Amino acid sequence: MTQSITTPGIIAGRLHADDYARHFDDLYPAYDAHEAMVAADRCYFCHDAPCITACPTEIDIPLFIRQIQAGQPEAAARTIFDQNILGGMCARVCPTETLCEGSCVREAAEGKPVEIGRLQRYATETLIARNSHPYTRAVPTGKHVAVVGAGPAGLACAHRLAMYGHDVTVFDRREKPGGLNEYGIAAYKAAHGFAQSEVDWLMQIGGITLRQGWTLGEDGTLQDLQGSFDAVFLGIGLAGVNALGLEGEDIPTARDAVDFIAELRQTADLSTLPIGRHVVVIGGGMTAVDAAVQSRLLGAEHVTMVYRRGRDAMGASDYELNHAANEGVKIITNAMPIAIHANGALREVEFAYTHAGETGLEPTGETFRLKADQLFKAIGQTLANTPDALEIDQRKIGTDGSGRATLARVWAGGDCTGGGEDLTVTAVAQGRDAAEDIHATLMGNGA
Amino acid sequence: MANLTTNFIGIKSPNPYWLASAPPTDKAYNVERAFKAGWGGVVWKTLGSEGPPVVNVNGPRYGAIWGADRRLLGLNNIELITDRPLDVNLREIKQVKRNWPDRALVVSLMVPCDEESWKAILKHVEDTEADGVELNFGCPHGMSERGMGAAVGQVPEYIEMVTRWVKQHSRMPCIVKLTPNIADIRKPAEAAKRGGADAVSLINTINSITSVNLDTFSPEPMIDGKGAHGGYCGPAVKPIALNMVAEIARDAQTRGLPISGIGGVTTWRDAAEFLTLGAGNVQVCTAAMTYGFGIVRELTAGLSHYMDQKGFTSVDQLVGRAVPNVTDWQYLNLNYVTKAKINQDLCISCGRCFAACEDTSHQAISMSADRRFEVIDDECVACNLCINVCPVADCITMEELPIGSTDPRTGEKVGDYANWTTHPNNPMAKAAE
Repeated sequence: MTQSITTPGIIAGRLHADDYARHFDDLYPAYDAHEAMVAADRCYFCHDAPCITACPTEIDIPLFIRQIQAGQPEAAARTIFDQNILGGMCARVCPTETLCEGSCVREAAEGKPVEIGRLQRYATETLIARNSHPYTRAVPTGKHVAVVGAGPAGLACAHRLAMYGHDVTVFDRREKPGGLNEYGIAAYKAAHGFAQSEVDWLMQIGGITLRQGWTLGEDGTLQDLQGSFDAVFLGIGLAGVNALGLEGEDIPTARDAVDFIAELRQTADLSTLPIGRHVVVIGGGMTAVDAAVQSRLLGAEHVTMVYRRGRDAMGASDYELNHAANEGVKIITNAMPIAIHANGALREVEFAYTHAGETGLEPTGETFRLKADQLFKAIGQTLANTPDALEIDQRKIGTDGSGRATLARVWAGGDCTGGGEDLTVTAVAQGRDAAEDIHATLMGNGA
Repeated sequence: MANLTTNFIGIKSPNPYWLASAPPTDKAYNVERAFKAGWGGVVWKTLGSEGPPVVNVNGPRYGAIWGADRRLLGLNNIELITDRPLDVNLREIKQVKRNWPDRALVVSLMVPCDEESWKAILKHVEDTEADGVELNFGCPHGMSERGMGAAVGQVPEYIEMVTRWVKQHSRMPCIVKLTPNIADIRKPAEAAKRGGADAVSLINTINSITSVNLDTFSPEPMIDGKGAHGGYCGPAVKPIALNMVAEIARDAQTRGLPISGIGGVTTWRDAAEFLTLGAGNVQVCTAAMTYGFGIVRELTAGLSHYMDQKGFTSVDQLVGRAVPNVTDWQYLNLNYVTKAKINQDLCISCGRCFAACEDTSHQAISMSADRRFEVIDDECVACNLCINVCPVADCITMEELPIGSTDPRTGEKVGDYANWTTHPNNPMAKAAE
């Protein structure tokens, strides 16, 4: 091997072939039956359990853990899927430390919660591995629903609608379904092609047609869909990205982190994916962490994540930040980018330290520069290509509590709408609840 | 999903899970909560005769033992029958039955051992339109000192007599609840059957002292420095209950007598075990007291899931399925030879199997310098102790030697079925047929 982590520039193949497989395998391997039993034994079956309240999809967590205790992981999976059909992926990507596990009474008792996420993964994978789908479709209703976006919100909505007997067509602009599950999260959170196998399993309900490579506004308009379907659900996510607003940020080596993550996820042989020796990531959310950590895992020698505010304000959880630090990512807070220095290729990014001033964030006057072969921008995503007819509320598609948008027979959910955090599990809850409202409306029970 | 509907001696319920007569069924508030949670039926906490109700102690009523991580394994109580006025209970029973016609509502009774007392209470219960009565011949504390409860249940003649009165003075289905504090459970069951009982339910609680306070030298639960034995229940008593249920299910005198199984039912599996040993339904108390009524969701979903997997479509198909396989020791196959086998991939090298075998059994496990544990087939009598003490499920398994192979311990070939009754060492042996 001629390349190494210290080879200058942006190059592929910095690591041994084995390292790639190891680096991008499951962050934590799945529980085996014994581990699951020991972990499940710790659940107290709390009354009106705080973990259920903390879960955006309100999975009956004590019940599913009790079912694992009682030797029926498949029944446990059914309990999970009843509330969250993407419970398999959520088990892998949910920030459980701020949701279910964060509220576990054993966190209070011993500082160590029941490992709900890993137990959920154990249960759901046991069932998915059997390749048996536990739900059957109701008698066909003859109603057709268009779902735009095959991400978590769209899939959850489509599955629930299909279960009720409606015919669903899911439109998506990408090659593969799954949305951010397939394109937007770190590979080690969804190793072994899990995103696609989960979609395949979900589709076994029947009655769902996938149309890939279809972009709203290009291949058809919302009006078209309204004309040919009984209802439309928009789960279009946030397709736009925020820019730094700095001169030179459009050079090819200063990329949006989401594009880098998507490319990485779709690269079969990661030894062919080039990465810089010096990588700078700007942002403080999950996307920033996923880009920074994966840069390290690809063999970047120096990866620095820079966030303009303090650690408390970061979108990424302590768990994620600790993981990044463990992987050798340097985290700098209270610094904002002020200049990009390049001479053809990117050379350095210049930052100013910040403090909270009267007018908001203000530079302290002190600056520093970081060497950078590559810069990943992860300072937030925005709504893009939204149909004009829809009302926008605080930069998101405005909806009521049941997911209804401001147009008749149009619903929306997931990251493109407000309400809750931009999490997979929130998107699932919104997609599912919109499906319930669509069903009630189509069957004449809606308000 | 399998159909869990049961018809127990003519009493229908949407599932085989009834709450046993106990504190959880003492009043309408609890029972309504239970029905909302999904319980199939309840046996209302035992009513006594008209007049001033009994009084309970005003200190602790329960004692417990715990397993690791403070998991409650056994519970003991010194509570008596209902301490609420009879008319209040009767009024509530009538209203609850009216509100929940699809659920089973059976009323537990305990009155003095005379015909008039029983006749009087039965009339009251019939007026409530409850589905049936359960005769509490089991309560081991307090009431037994007054000639009721276990004091009746320990005398088969009394059981028969009272059961006969009940059947004579009432058309309601009658379940006789048996005490386990007796040498042979079949005798009271036979007596109940002779008296005309429609079913028996068992077990009631077991006389017990859960622990002793070593500072005050008083038994727990302690009332002002003293303690009285109480009734023991919960997961710890299940094996005792299973055996007693099976004894009644397979006895020639009592075979076919419907049984309501009670004793430590905590998960669907416990319930399924009771059903296979002949119980037509199960009653639950301690698990509900420990975890709340919500456990019924696991109990029902779990049983249904199991039945689906096995292809059973109704609970009846499960009832009694294991009874033909309960036998006497003398009929066990002495040519059934197994050897323990340790799965080295699962073994965590704790050495508990070695300690158990080396110190207390047959020196049939070897230990190497690098803590590898292996079974010595020449010595292994297949006692199962290593499996029982191993902390990893399925790490040690029993492997059956095929017929015709040689048992390295005895040097003898494994033969066809043969039991003690024909064994040459048995002085009473009969010639094999």
